Formats: sequence, structure tokens, C-alpha cells
Amino acid sequence: MNSIFTITLKELRSYFTSPIAYVVFTMFLVLSGYFFSVILFISKEASFRGAASNIIITLLFLMPLITMRMFSEERKMGTLELLMTKPVRDIEVMLGKFLAAAILFITMLASTLVYIFILTKYGNPDMGPIWSAYLGILLCGLSFIALGIFASTLTENQIIAAVIGFALVLLLWVMSWISGNLGEVDSELLSYISLSTHLEGFVKGVINLKDVVYYLSFIVFWLFVSVKSIEIRKWK
Amino acid sequence: MIKASKLTKKYGTKAAIQDVSFNIDKGEVVGFLGPNGAGKTTTMRILTGYIPPTSGKVEIGGLDVFDDSLEVRRKLGYLPENTPLYLDMDVEVFLKYIAALKKVSTDKRSNHVSKIMKVCGIDNVRQSTIKTLSKGYKQRVGIAQALIGNPEYLILDEPTIGLDPKQIIEIRELIKSLAEDKTIILSTHILPEVSMTCSRVIIIAEGKIVAEDTPNNLENRLSGVAKVLLTVKGPGEEISSKLKEISGVKRVNIEKTQASDLVDLEVASQKDVDIRGQLAQAVVQNNWDLLEMRREVLGLEEIFLKLTTKE
Repeated sequence: MNSIFTITLKELRSYFTSPIAYVVFTMFLVLSGYFFSVILFISKEASFRGAASNIIITLLFLMPLITMRMFSEERKMGTLELLMTKPVRDIEVMLGKFLAAAILFITMLASTLVYIFILTKYGNPDMGPIWSAYLGILLCGLSFIALGIFASTLTENQIIAAVIGFALVLLLWVMSWISGNLGEVDSELLSYISLSTHLEGFVKGVINLKDVVYYLSFIVFWLFVSVKSIEIRKWK
Repeated sequence: MIKASKLTKKYGTKAAIQDVSFNIDKGEVVGFLGPNGAGKTTTMRILTGYIPPTSGKVEIGGLDVFDDSLEVRRKLGYLPENTPLYLDMDVEVFLKYIAALKKVSTDKRSNHVSKIMKVCGIDNVRQSTIKTLSKGYKQRVGIAQALIGNPEYLILDEPTIGLDPKQIIEIRELIKSLAEDKTIILSTHILPEVSMTCSRVIIIAEGKIVAEDTPNNLENRLSGVAKVLLTVKGPGEEISSKLKEISGVKRVNIEKTQASDLVDLEVASQKDVDIRGQLAQAVVQNNWDLLEMRREVLGLEEIFLKLTTKE
């Protein structure tokens, strides 16, 4: 357990010794601020719904940049060997890194609470859908992280890790688009797999247990695959 | 004690190492010697549990490296090839991170890290970012991280590669000073290193162990002959046949005939007999001029070449 936090702390520190975290954080604030204010101007409605959908798209682009270096850099620098020959379990390393990215993401997301504060100050928003939207974005964002970490276990090259991560996330995001044109079973399956379909409820203000379970199992699945991907050296 | 039995590692169909077995007792400093690509790093990675062997097994301190991996890793200090380090971290912060991973308790961590930095001579750069350090210092930081947690076993993969001669001597001294209470395996392709730091040498070539002994014994065993090199002024063939008559001489080769009737000869004899006196006498008695004479014993360098190169 302690090893997880040790690794989390180290990862967080290295986020802020490189410019990546600052740049991603800033760009996230710029974009989400823009979406929030523009949508507010146009709709003149004290709601977070429009902004929420756009924030998640912003994250879809930015999250692979947060996760791209997690394992690819360790592999490139050879430090993976240093790390994996210490008395830590592979799963601890994985969770430590996941937690670090999660903390960075949650901090980013928490800073958008300012918008909610503005809404409550000048309007009278319905808080229920706002909190459920936040929960949805949180779960969906953590799923992006899990998938991004998997991408970074595949290669030594950070750029490639980011591209693969982004492609995988986007693919799973739009998976449901095709569902209307296929048979009944396939359609249901594809829209179940798709990351975006499960977010709709949250944004509308409906917390469905099925959706929560989907995101949680998505995260667990990709972290598990990532651990296996790190262990692949042992099977070669 | 480290016990490796019949280690084989195959990548595809190509074997990186084949049937490598050895035992290393507590307190030994063993040098793993071999040319590049001989399988040193593969062996080290298997010893540390980073990769499993295709077949065979390793026991360290009675524990299987794979079945009791965490327990073994706790007792093991490892410096991987090319000294990988987190370049963006400060030296002290990095070592404290490693200490935390090695489960050094929080209250002892600062003290422990300071002590190791002193031993490795890096306490003057404790605040520096690792990437700003010179190669020699980076190497010390690498060794320092291996020492964290007082491991009983140290495995160092090419600890002196890429250093300048002064740094090499310093690192060697450091390793020697550590040898007192630790079992150390170090790999190298630099020969003097082995004779200076190790109590035993394992020579590996093309994935197989080709020799295993103390540096001295290896020299003795493999260099049954001593060579005397002579430069004489006189007729080559005649000198050669005269020298052959001396007892103890095994063979005489004419190395090359230089201009103005100078001859270089190589005289091989048994190792324990010194025939230089007789050689000199023979030359002088025949009224030739003895210009130069020196005795050569086969060094580790030649033994190494002999063992690791195919004829």
C-alpha cells in the first residue's frame, strides 16, 4: 500500500518538474472556460449541461498527453528495470501511476467548480444534474487515463503512446455511431462498449448504476491489461 | 549464497545463454567477464528476476528468484546496464524514493540515505539534479541506489563502463570497500577490473561459461608456458637451432628478421623454469650480440582472448 503512494508522489512530482502538466492544465482551463462562457452567453441558462459535454471532449484530447510518458519514458530510460527489480508489485506500480494521473485530473476538474460557483451566484441552477455531470466526467476521465496508461505501456516513444492513446479513446468514444446500422444484438453491444453512451445519463442528471459499473469495470480492465503488458517481457 | 542452475534463455530460437550454472558463496566478489553480447546482461537480469529464464532456476539466499520474488528483491541491490536513473530528480530525493521502495522505515530513511551518499562520495551533490551530473557521479548515484536498504547481495552490470581512468579507480575502490560484508557480482569486459576487484572470475562467451576460477589460478592454469622474447644480432636459423638445444626450451620461433641481420625470436619454455640465463650464455658463447631479452607470462588479457575467440 505504501509503495503505491510512494510511486504516486514521485509521479506527481515529476509531472510538475516537466512542463507537460502546466501546459495541459492551462490549456484545459482556457478551453473549458471558453466553452462555459460562450455557452452561457448564448443560452442565458444557468446550466452546466452544454459545458460538461464539451469539457469531456477537451479531456478526450488532453488526457493522452497526461498519460503518454507514464511507462514509455521508463522504458526508454531503462528505469523500468530499476523500478521492477525493487520490492514492489507490478500492480502497485500501475496503481501508483494511475493514482497520480487521477489526482492531476481531479485537480483540473475541481478547478472548474469556479464556474458552478458563478452559476449559483448569478442564477439558480438545479444542482442535481450538475453533480451527476461531474461524477460522469470523473468516471469517464478516469477511463481515459486507464486506456492512456495502457497505450504508454506499448511503446518507448511518448508521441506514439499519445497517438495510440488518443486513437483508442476516440474509437471507443464513437463506437456507438455505427450501432444504428447494424443488427439488433451488434448494435446493443457496440453502444454498450462505447464510452460516450454511458455519459449521456450523467449529463442529464440520471445516475444509472449500470453506467457506474461500466466505467469502473472499464478502468479495472485496462489497468489489468496494462499490468500484463508490462509483464510481457517475461514471456518473450 | 547465489545458486544458478542450468540457466537457459532463448529469444525466439536463438539462445542468449545456455546451461549456465554457478554457485557464489557468501562474501565473494565474482567478476562476470565476457565480450559484448556474450550474455552477461541476460544472466544478470535473470539473477535479479527482471526476466525469467526459459529453463533453469536461480536461488538467492535459499529463496527462488521467481517464487519468492519480492523477498529476494528486498535483499538485492541491482545496478542495471547503462545506469538508468530518473534524470529529472535531485540526487537525495531520488535516493529517498528508492529507500521508500526498498521499505526502509520512514524515520531511518534520512540517516540511511546520508550515510550511503557519504560512502559513495556524492554528499556534495545531494541537491543537484541528476541530469546535470558528470558520468562518474551518475555512476556513483547508480551504485548508491543499489546500496539502499543494505542489501546482502549486490549485482552490478558494468559499473565502470564509460568512465575515465581516475573514476574507474575510484569506483573500483568503492566496490572493494563494499566487499567486506556483501556478496557481489559484477560484470565487465574490462580485464584489469577483474584481477583487481574480484576473488573469482567467471568467463562467459557466446552464452556459455568457458572458465571459472580465481584470477591467479586462471593465469596459472591457462598459461602453462612462459615466453622469452629475444633480439639477437646473428644468423637466424643457426641461432634458433642452438637455442633449441638448451634444456627446458619447448620451441623457438623466429618472429621476424629485421634489416642488418637482427633476429627476433620467441622462445617458449615451461612456466616454472627461468631459462633467461642459459639463453644469454648460449648467445654470447657463440659470439652473437644479445640486444634485448624479456620474459612474458600470459596475462588475463590473452587468456580472455584465448577463451572467448574462436580459432
